[in-house]
Amino acid sequence: MLNKLLFAVLLAYTAQAQAKETAADNYKAYCVQCHGMEGNGNGVNIRDMSVIPRDHTDSKAMSGRADDMLFKVIKEGGTSISKSVLMPQWEGVLSDEEIKDLVLHLRVLCKCKFGS
Amino acid sequence: MKQLFILSAALVFSGTAVAEEGLLQKDCATCHNISGPVAQTLKEALAKKGPDLSYAGNKYLQKWIVSWLQKPTRIRPAGMYYGDHIKPGPKGDEIDVSTLTDHVAISKEDATAIAAELMKLKPHDDLIAKEKIVPGTITKQMGEMNFDKFQGCMTCHLIEPEYGGFSGPQVYTAANRLQPEFMASFIRNPQAWEPKTWMPNKHVSDSGIQKLVQYLEMLSKEAVNAK
Ligand code: HEC
Ligand code: HEC
Ligand code: HEC
Repeated sequence: MLNKLLFAVLLAYTAQAQAKETAADNYKAYCVQCHGMEGNGNGVNIRDMSVIPRDHTDSKAMSGRADDMLFKVIKEGGTSISKSVLMPQWEGVLSDEEIKDLVLHLRVLCKCKFGS
Repeated sequence: MKQLFILSAALVFSGTAVAEEGLLQKDCATCHNISGPVAQTLKEALAKKGPDLSYAGNKYLQKWIVSWLQKPTRIRPAGMYYGDHIKPGPKGDEIDVSTLTDHVAISKEDATAIAAELMKLKPHDDLIAKEKIVPGTITKQMGEMNFDKFQGCMTCHLIEPEYGGFSGPQVYTAANRLQPEFMASFIRNPQAWEPKTWMPNKHVSDSGIQKLVQYLEMLSKEAVNAK
Protein backbone atom coordinates (compact mmCIF):
# COMPACT_ATOMS: atom_id res chain seq x y z
CA MET A 1 0.00 0.00 0.00
CA LEU A 2 2.68 2.44 1.01
CA ASN A 3 4.69 1.27 -1.97
CA LYS A 4 1.82 2.00 -4.28
CA LEU A 5 1.46 5.44 -2.77
CA LEU A 6 5.14 6.16 -3.22
CA PHE A 7 4.93 5.01 -6.80
CA ALA A 8 2.02 7.33 -7.53
CA VAL A 9 3.84 10.26 -5.95
CA LEU A 10 6.94 9.47 -7.99
CA LEU A 11 4.92 9.33 -11.19
CA ALA A 12 3.23 12.64 -10.52
CA TYR A 13 6.60 14.13 -9.73
CA THR A 14 8.39 13.05 -12.93
CA ALA A 15 5.39 14.01 -15.04
CA GLN A 16 5.57 17.49 -13.55
CA ALA A 17 9.31 17.75 -14.11
CA GLN A 18 8.87 17.07 -17.80
CA ALA A 19 5.80 19.25 -18.30
CA LYS A 20 6.19 21.47 -21.32
CA GLU A 21 6.59 25.20 -20.74
CA THR A 22 5.17 27.76 -23.17
CA ALA A 23 7.53 29.44 -25.63
CA ALA A 24 6.72 32.86 -24.17
CA ASP A 25 7.73 31.69 -20.68
CA ASN A 26 10.88 29.97 -21.91
CA TYR A 27 11.87 33.10 -23.82
CA LYS A 28 11.26 35.20 -20.73
CA ALA A 29 13.38 32.95 -18.50
CA TYR A 30 16.23 31.93 -20.79
CA CYS A 31 16.55 34.36 -23.71
CA VAL A 32 15.65 37.81 -22.34
CA GLN A 33 18.84 37.96 -20.23
CA CYS A 34 20.83 38.44 -23.46
CA HIS A 35 18.30 39.13 -26.22
CA GLY A 36 16.39 41.69 -24.15
CA MET A 37 12.87 42.38 -22.89
CA GLU A 38 11.90 43.52 -26.37
CA GLY A 39 13.84 40.74 -28.11
CA ASN A 40 15.91 43.37 -29.89
CA GLY A 41 19.32 42.09 -28.72
CA ASN A 42 19.67 44.64 -25.90
CA GLY A 43 19.61 42.31 -22.87
CA VAL A 44 20.80 43.23 -19.38
CA ASN A 45 23.99 41.17 -19.92
CA ILE A 46 25.33 42.83 -23.07
CA ARG A 47 27.52 45.62 -21.61
CA ASP A 48 30.80 43.69 -21.76
CA MET A 49 29.94 41.12 -24.42
CA SER A 50 32.34 40.95 -27.38
CA VAL A 51 29.59 39.74 -29.74
CA ILE A 52 26.16 41.29 -29.46
CA PRO A 53 23.11 38.99 -29.43
CA ARG A 54 20.96 38.82 -32.54
CA ASP A 55 18.08 41.30 -32.76
CA HIS A 56 15.14 38.90 -33.01
CA THR A 57 12.87 41.70 -34.24
CA ASP A 58 15.10 42.34 -37.28
CA SER A 59 12.94 40.78 -39.98
CA LYS A 60 15.59 41.18 -42.68
CA ALA A 61 18.26 39.22 -40.80
CA MET A 62 15.85 36.69 -39.32
CA SER A 63 14.21 35.88 -42.64
CA GLY A 64 17.63 34.82 -43.84
CA ARG A 65 17.53 31.83 -41.50
CA ALA A 66 15.57 28.65 -42.18
CA ASP A 67 13.57 27.16 -39.30
CA ASP A 68 15.86 24.13 -38.99
CA MET A 69 18.85 26.47 -38.72
CA LEU A 70 17.15 28.36 -35.88
CA PHE A 71 16.33 25.04 -34.23
CA LYS A 72 19.97 23.97 -34.51
CA VAL A 73 21.45 27.17 -33.07
CA ILE A 74 19.08 27.10 -30.09
CA LYS A 75 19.69 23.42 -29.37
CA GLU A 76 23.43 23.23 -30.08
CA GLY A 77 24.58 26.80 -29.56
CA GLY A 78 26.33 29.47 -31.62
CA THR A 79 29.38 27.39 -32.48
CA SER A 80 27.21 24.76 -34.23
CA ILE A 81 26.57 27.26 -37.05
CA SER A 82 30.01 28.92 -36.84
CA LYS A 83 28.72 31.73 -34.67
CA SER A 84 29.83 32.99 -31.25
CA VAL A 85 30.18 30.69 -28.22
CA LEU A 86 28.39 33.42 -26.27
CA MET A 87 25.13 32.06 -27.72
CA PRO A 88 24.68 29.01 -25.42
CA GLN A 89 23.39 25.56 -26.32
CA TRP A 90 20.05 24.85 -24.66
CA GLU A 91 20.02 21.09 -25.07
CA GLY A 92 19.31 19.50 -21.70
CA VAL A 93 17.39 22.57 -20.58
CA LEU A 94 14.74 22.72 -23.30
CA SER A 95 13.12 19.72 -24.97
CA ASP A 96 13.04 19.44 -28.78
CA GLU A 97 9.37 20.25 -28.66
CA GLU A 98 9.99 23.39 -26.61
CA ILE A 99 12.71 24.47 -29.04
CA LYS A 100 10.31 23.99 -31.98
CA ASP A 101 7.82 26.23 -30.18
CA LEU A 102 10.57 28.81 -29.64
CA VAL A 103 11.30 28.87 -33.37
CA LEU A 104 7.62 29.70 -33.96
CA HIS A 105 7.89 32.35 -31.24
CA LEU A 106 10.89 33.90 -33.03
CA ARG A 107 8.80 34.08 -36.23
CA VAL A 108 6.21 36.08 -34.31
CA LEU A 109 8.89 38.41 -32.90
CA CYS A 110 10.44 39.11 -36.33
CA LYS A 111 7.07 39.13 -38.10
CA CYS A 112 8.84 37.19 -40.80
CA LYS A 113 9.24 33.84 -42.56
CA PHE A 114 12.30 32.23 -44.11
CA GLY A 115 13.10 33.83 -47.45
CA SER A 116 10.54 36.63 -47.27
CA MET B 1 -2.43 2.82 9.80
CA LYS B 2 -0.90 4.86 7.01
CA GLN B 3 -2.41 8.04 8.35
CA LEU B 4 -1.07 7.29 11.77
CA PHE B 5 2.36 6.83 10.28
CA ILE B 6 2.28 10.17 8.45
CA LEU B 7 0.89 11.96 11.47
CA SER B 8 3.59 10.69 13.78
CA ALA B 9 6.29 11.52 11.23
CA ALA B 10 4.98 15.08 11.04
CA LEU B 11 4.96 15.34 14.81
CA VAL B 12 8.55 14.21 15.16
CA PHE B 13 9.58 16.63 12.45
CA SER B 14 7.90 19.71 13.86
CA GLY B 15 9.09 18.78 17.34
CA THR B 16 12.75 19.11 16.43
CA ALA B 17 12.08 22.03 14.14
CA VAL B 18 10.57 24.22 16.81
CA ALA B 19 13.27 23.43 19.33
CA GLU B 20 16.33 23.94 17.13
CA GLU B 21 15.42 26.00 14.14
CA GLY B 22 12.60 28.33 15.08
CA LEU B 23 14.06 31.30 13.26
CA LEU B 24 15.00 29.25 10.22
CA GLN B 25 11.60 27.59 9.85
CA LYS B 26 9.56 30.64 10.71
CA ASP B 27 11.31 33.71 9.31
CA CYS B 28 13.84 32.46 6.81
CA ALA B 29 11.43 29.96 5.25
CA THR B 30 9.13 32.77 4.11
CA CYS B 31 11.69 33.44 1.35
CA HIS B 32 13.88 30.31 1.28
CA ASN B 33 12.94 26.74 0.46
CA ILE B 34 14.45 24.70 3.27
CA SER B 35 12.67 21.36 3.03
CA GLY B 36 12.81 20.73 -0.74
CA PRO B 37 12.06 19.67 -3.40
CA VAL B 38 13.62 22.43 -5.54
CA ALA B 39 11.54 24.33 -8.12
CA GLN B 40 10.34 21.93 -10.84
CA THR B 41 8.45 24.36 -13.08
CA LEU B 42 9.32 27.78 -14.47
CA LYS B 43 6.42 29.24 -12.54
CA GLU B 44 8.00 28.06 -9.29
CA ALA B 45 11.53 28.99 -10.36
CA LEU B 46 10.63 32.56 -11.36
CA ALA B 47 8.64 33.10 -8.17
CA LYS B 48 11.52 32.22 -5.84
CA LYS B 49 12.04 34.90 -3.19
CA GLY B 50 15.49 33.64 -2.19
CA PRO B 51 18.03 30.97 -3.18
CA ASP B 52 17.06 27.38 -2.40
CA LEU B 53 18.66 26.37 0.89
CA SER B 54 17.37 22.78 0.94
CA TYR B 55 20.80 21.55 -0.23
CA ALA B 56 22.83 24.13 1.72
CA GLY B 57 25.08 21.50 3.31
CA ASN B 58 26.23 20.36 -0.12
CA LYS B 59 26.81 23.89 -1.35
CA TYR B 60 28.17 26.47 1.09
CA LEU B 61 31.20 26.87 3.30
CA GLN B 62 29.88 27.00 6.86
CA LYS B 63 32.28 29.76 7.86
CA TRP B 64 30.99 31.95 5.06
CA ILE B 65 27.33 31.53 6.06
CA VAL B 66 28.16 32.61 9.62
CA SER B 67 29.92 35.79 8.57
CA TRP B 68 27.63 36.72 5.64
CA LEU B 69 24.46 36.46 7.72
CA GLN B 70 25.85 39.04 10.14
CA LYS B 71 26.80 41.44 7.35
CA PRO B 72 25.10 40.47 4.09
CA THR B 73 26.30 41.99 0.80
CA ARG B 74 24.66 41.67 -2.62
CA ILE B 75 25.53 38.51 -4.56
CA ARG B 76 22.98 38.59 -7.39
CA PRO B 77 23.29 42.02 -9.01
CA ALA B 78 19.85 41.72 -10.65
CA GLY B 79 18.08 39.93 -7.79
CA MET B 80 16.57 36.43 -7.87
CA TYR B 81 14.77 36.43 -11.25
CA TYR B 82 16.52 39.20 -13.20
CA GLY B 83 13.32 39.82 -15.21
CA ASP B 84 11.67 41.30 -12.12
CA HIS B 85 14.46 43.84 -11.68
CA ILE B 86 15.20 45.25 -15.13
CA LYS B 87 13.80 48.13 -17.16
CA PRO B 88 14.49 49.40 -20.67
CA GLY B 89 17.25 52.03 -20.81
CA PRO B 90 19.04 54.07 -23.49
CA LYS B 91 21.75 51.42 -23.96
CA GLY B 92 19.49 48.43 -23.49
CA ASP B 93 17.91 46.76 -20.48
CA GLU B 94 19.33 47.97 -17.17
CA ILE B 95 18.95 46.97 -13.55
CA ASP B 96 16.28 48.88 -11.64
CA VAL B 97 18.14 49.16 -8.34
CA SER B 98 15.08 50.62 -6.61
CA THR B 99 13.45 47.18 -6.77
CA LEU B 100 16.27 45.44 -4.88
CA THR B 101 16.17 45.12 -1.10
CA ASP B 102 18.87 44.49 1.48
CA HIS B 103 19.07 41.13 3.23
CA VAL B 104 18.13 40.83 6.89
CA ALA B 105 21.18 40.70 9.21
CA ILE B 106 21.22 38.52 12.32
CA SER B 107 23.39 38.18 15.43
CA LYS B 108 26.53 36.08 15.62
CA GLU B 109 24.79 33.56 17.88
CA ASP B 110 21.82 33.12 15.57
CA ALA B 111 24.07 32.99 12.51
CA THR B 112 26.23 30.30 14.07
CA ALA B 113 23.24 28.19 15.09
CA ILE B 114 21.52 28.56 11.72
CA ALA B 115 24.68 27.79 9.75
CA ALA B 116 25.07 24.58 11.73
CA GLU B 117 21.45 23.65 10.94
CA LEU B 118 21.85 24.48 7.26
CA MET B 119 25.01 22.36 6.94
CA LYS B 120 22.95 19.29 7.87
CA LEU B 121 20.89 19.62 4.69
CA LYS B 122 22.73 17.33 2.30
CA PRO B 123 20.39 15.63 -0.17
CA HIS B 124 23.04 15.61 -2.92
CA ASP B 125 26.01 13.80 -1.39
CA ASP B 126 25.86 11.61 -4.53
CA LEU B 127 26.54 14.52 -6.88
CA ILE B 128 29.30 15.89 -4.65
CA ALA B 129 31.00 12.47 -4.39
CA LYS B 130 31.36 12.39 -8.18
CA GLU B 131 33.66 15.42 -8.18
CA LYS B 132 37.37 15.16 -7.53
CA ILE B 133 39.15 18.47 -7.26
CA VAL B 134 42.68 18.31 -8.63
CA PRO B 135 44.90 20.81 -6.82
CA GLY B 136 46.60 23.17 -9.21
CA THR B 137 46.97 26.74 -10.26
CA ILE B 138 46.19 28.70 -13.37
CA THR B 139 47.48 32.12 -14.33
CA LYS B 140 44.96 34.91 -14.14
CA GLN B 141 45.37 35.58 -17.83
CA MET B 142 44.71 31.97 -18.88
CA GLY B 143 41.86 31.59 -16.42
CA GLU B 144 40.17 34.72 -17.63
CA MET B 145 40.58 33.81 -21.27
CA ASN B 146 39.02 30.43 -20.58
CA PHE B 147 36.14 31.84 -18.53
CA ASP B 148 35.38 34.79 -20.82
CA LYS B 149 36.32 33.80 -24.36
CA PHE B 150 36.32 30.02 -24.63
CA GLN B 151 33.39 29.21 -22.36
CA GLY B 152 31.44 32.47 -22.45
CA CYS B 153 30.73 32.45 -18.69
CA MET B 154 31.24 36.20 -18.25
CA THR B 155 28.05 36.96 -20.16
CA CYS B 156 26.07 36.26 -16.97
CA HIS B 157 28.63 36.52 -14.16
CA LEU B 158 30.65 39.47 -12.86
CA ILE B 159 34.31 38.44 -12.50
CA GLU B 160 35.04 41.76 -10.81
CA PRO B 161 32.63 44.41 -9.54
CA GLU B 162 32.85 46.31 -12.82
CA TYR B 163 33.21 43.57 -15.42
CA GLY B 164 30.88 40.87 -16.69
CA GLY B 165 27.16 40.12 -16.83
CA PHE B 166 24.30 40.41 -14.37
CA SER B 167 21.77 37.60 -14.63
CA GLY B 168 23.77 35.19 -12.45
CA PRO B 169 25.48 35.52 -9.03
CA GLN B 170 28.76 37.46 -9.05
CA VAL B 171 31.64 34.99 -9.04
CA TYR B 172 34.56 37.02 -7.74
CA THR B 173 33.77 35.73 -4.25
CA ALA B 174 32.23 32.40 -5.33
CA ALA B 175 35.05 30.29 -3.90
CA ASN B 176 34.76 32.07 -0.56
CA ARG B 177 31.11 31.04 -0.42
CA LEU B 178 30.99 27.67 -2.11
CA GLN B 179 32.52 24.22 -1.71
CA PRO B 180 34.85 23.48 -4.66
CA GLU B 181 33.04 20.20 -5.40
CA PHE B 182 29.75 22.08 -5.60
CA MET B 183 31.19 24.55 -8.09
CA ALA B 184 32.50 21.69 -10.22
CA SER B 185 29.20 19.82 -10.05
CA PHE B 186 27.11 22.89 -10.83
CA ILE B 187 29.28 23.78 -13.83
CA ARG B 188 29.06 20.16 -15.04
CA ASN B 189 25.28 20.06 -14.87
CA PRO B 190 23.39 23.04 -13.41
CA GLN B 191 20.05 21.32 -14.08
CA ALA B 192 20.95 18.45 -11.74
CA TRP B 193 20.71 21.02 -8.94
CA GLU B 194 18.14 23.46 -10.29
CA PRO B 195 16.12 21.94 -13.17
CA LYS B 196 14.82 25.31 -14.38
CA THR B 197 17.87 27.54 -13.81
CA TRP B 198 18.79 29.94 -16.63
CA MET B 199 22.42 28.89 -16.47
CA PRO B 200 22.88 26.61 -19.49
CA ASN B 201 24.88 23.39 -19.44
CA LYS B 202 27.98 24.45 -21.38
CA HIS B 203 29.15 20.82 -21.66
CA VAL B 204 32.57 21.66 -20.24
CA SER B 205 35.15 18.83 -20.28
CA ASP B 206 36.57 17.39 -17.03
CA SER B 207 39.84 19.25 -17.40
CA GLY B 208 37.94 22.41 -18.39
CA ILE B 209 35.94 22.18 -15.16
CA GLN B 210 39.15 21.85 -13.12
CA LYS B 211 40.55 24.97 -14.79
CA LEU B 212 37.38 26.94 -14.14
CA VAL B 213 37.33 25.96 -10.46
CA GLN B 214 41.03 26.85 -10.12
CA TYR B 215 40.30 30.22 -11.70
CA LEU B 216 37.39 30.88 -9.35
CA GLU B 217 39.55 29.91 -6.35
CA MET B 218 42.18 32.38 -7.53
CA LEU B 219 39.68 35.19 -8.07
CA SER B 220 38.31 34.85 -4.56
CA LYS B 221 41.76 34.90 -2.96
CA GLU B 222 42.41 38.09 -4.86
CA ALA B 223 39.11 39.60 -3.70
CA VAL B 224 40.07 38.84 -0.08
CA ASN B 225 43.56 40.30 -0.48
CA ALA B 226 42.18 43.44 -2.08
CA LYS B 227 40.16 44.26 1.04
C1 HEC C 1 24.33 34.36 -22.76
C2 HEC C 1 23.70 35.19 -23.74
C3 HEC C 1 22.64 34.56 -24.64
C4 HEC C 1 21.51 33.88 -24.24
C5 HEC C 1 21.07 33.58 -22.82
C6 HEC C 1 20.80 33.54 -25.45
N1 HEC C 1 21.49 34.00 -26.55
FE1 HEC C 1 20.93 33.75 -28.50
N2 HEC C 1 22.62 34.76 -29.09
C7 HEC C 1 23.57 35.29 -28.25
C8 HEC C 1 24.60 35.91 -29.05
C9 HEC C 1 25.84 36.61 -28.52
C10 HEC C 1 24.23 35.74 -30.40
C11 HEC C 1 24.99 36.22 -31.64
C12 HEC C 1 25.93 35.16 -32.12
C13 HEC C 1 26.74 35.64 -33.30
O1 HEC C 1 26.26 36.52 -34.03
O2 HEC C 1 27.87 35.14 -33.47
C14 HEC C 1 22.97 35.01 -30.39
C15 HEC C 1 22.29 34.63 -31.53
C16 HEC C 1 21.08 33.98 -31.54
C17 HEC C 1 20.36 33.64 -32.73
C18 HEC C 1 20.78 33.95 -34.16
C19 HEC C 1 21.72 32.94 -34.73
C20 HEC C 1 21.97 33.30 -36.18
O3 HEC C 1 22.94 33.96 -36.45
O4 HEC C 1 21.14 32.92 -36.98
C21 HEC C 1 19.19 33.03 -32.33
C22 HEC C 1 18.09 32.50 -33.24
C23 HEC C 1 19.21 32.99 -30.90
N3 HEC C 1 20.38 33.57 -30.44
C24 HEC C 1 18.19 32.48 -30.13
C25 HEC C 1 18.22 32.41 -28.73
C26 HEC C 1 17.16 31.84 -27.93
C27 HEC C 1 15.86 31.28 -28.49
C28 HEC C 1 17.55 31.94 -26.64
C29 HEC C 1 16.82 31.45 -25.39
C30 HEC C 1 16.48 30.04 -25.38
C31 HEC C 1 18.87 32.58 -26.62
N4 HEC C 1 19.23 32.85 -27.91
C32 HEC C 1 19.59 32.85 -25.47
C33 HEC C 1 23.55 35.25 -26.88
C34 HEC C 1 22.61 34.63 -26.09
C1 HEC D 1 12.56 38.76 2.32
C2 HEC D 1 13.08 37.50 1.87
C3 HEC D 1 14.21 36.86 2.65
C4 HEC D 1 14.25 36.52 3.99
C5 HEC D 1 13.17 36.74 5.05
C6 HEC D 1 15.51 35.86 4.21
N1 HEC D 1 16.22 35.82 3.04
FE1 HEC D 1 18.03 34.95 2.79
N2 HEC D 1 18.11 35.62 0.86
C7 HEC D 1 17.09 36.31 0.23
C8 HEC D 1 17.57 36.73 -1.08
C9 HEC D 1 16.77 37.49 -2.12
C10 HEC D 1 18.90 36.29 -1.19
C11 HEC D 1 19.88 36.52 -2.33
C12 HEC D 1 20.73 37.71 -1.97
C13 HEC D 1 21.70 38.12 -3.06
O1 HEC D 1 21.88 37.38 -4.01
O2 HEC D 1 22.28 39.21 -2.96
C14 HEC D 1 19.22 35.58 0.05
C15 HEC D 1 20.43 34.97 0.33
C16 HEC D 1 20.67 34.19 1.43
C17 HEC D 1 21.86 33.39 1.61
C18 HEC D 1 23.00 33.28 0.64
C19 HEC D 1 22.62 32.24 -0.39
C20 HEC D 1 23.28 32.37 -1.70
O3 HEC D 1 23.35 31.35 -2.42
O4 HEC D 1 23.70 33.45 -2.09
C21 HEC D 1 21.74 32.77 2.83
C22 HEC D 1 22.72 31.81 3.46
C23 HEC D 1 20.48 33.20 3.40
N3 HEC D 1 19.86 34.07 2.52
C24 HEC D 1 19.99 32.81 4.63
C25 HEC D 1 18.86 33.37 5.24
C26 HEC D 1 18.49 33.12 6.61
C27 HEC D 1 19.23 32.22 7.56
C28 HEC D 1 17.36 33.84 6.84
C29 HEC D 1 16.58 33.98 8.14
C30 HEC D 1 17.32 34.57 9.23
C31 HEC D 1 17.02 34.54 5.59
N4 HEC D 1 17.96 34.23 4.67
C32 HEC D 1 15.92 35.35 5.43
C33 HEC D 1 15.84 36.56 0.73
C34 HEC D 1 15.47 36.39 2.06
C1 HEC E 1 23.17 32.46 -19.42
C2 HEC E 1 23.73 32.85 -18.14
C3 HEC E 1 24.84 32.01 -17.54
C4 HEC E 1 25.96 31.51 -18.15
C5 HEC E 1 26.38 31.63 -19.61
C6 HEC E 1 26.72 30.87 -17.10
N1 HEC E 1 26.07 30.97 -15.91
FE1 HEC E 1 26.74 30.27 -14.12
N2 HEC E 1 24.99 30.81 -13.24
C7 HEC E 1 23.97 31.48 -13.86
C8 HEC E 1 22.86 31.59 -12.94
C9 HEC E 1 21.52 32.26 -13.23
C10 HEC E 1 23.27 30.97 -11.73
C11 HEC E 1 22.44 30.79 -10.45
C12 HEC E 1 21.79 29.47 -10.58
C13 HEC E 1 20.79 29.10 -9.53
O1 HEC E 1 21.16 29.04 -8.34
O2 HEC E 1 19.63 28.86 -9.89
C14 HEC E 1 24.63 30.51 -11.96
C15 HEC E 1 25.41 29.89 -10.99
C16 HEC E 1 26.75 29.57 -11.13
C17 HEC E 1 27.61 29.13 -10.08
C18 HEC E 1 27.20 28.99 -8.63
C19 HEC E 1 27.24 30.37 -8.01
C20 HEC E 1 26.42 30.56 -6.76
O3 HEC E 1 26.72 31.50 -5.99
O4 HEC E 1 25.47 29.81 -6.55
C21 HEC E 1 28.86 28.96 -10.62
C22 HEC E 1 30.12 28.52 -9.89
C23 HEC E 1 28.76 29.26 -12.03
N3 HEC E 1 27.45 29.63 -12.32
C24 HEC E 1 29.79 29.18 -12.94
C25 HEC E 1 29.64 29.33 -14.32
C26 HEC E 1 30.65 28.98 -15.28
C27 HEC E 1 32.03 28.45 -14.96
C28 HEC E 1 30.12 29.25 -16.52
C29 HEC E 1 30.73 29.00 -17.88
C30 HEC E 1 31.05 27.61 -18.17
C31 HEC E 1 28.78 29.79 -16.31
N4 HEC E 1 28.52 29.81 -14.96
C32 HEC E 1 27.94 30.24 -17.31
C33 HEC E 1 23.96 31.97 -15.17
C34 HEC E 1 24.91 31.65 -16.12
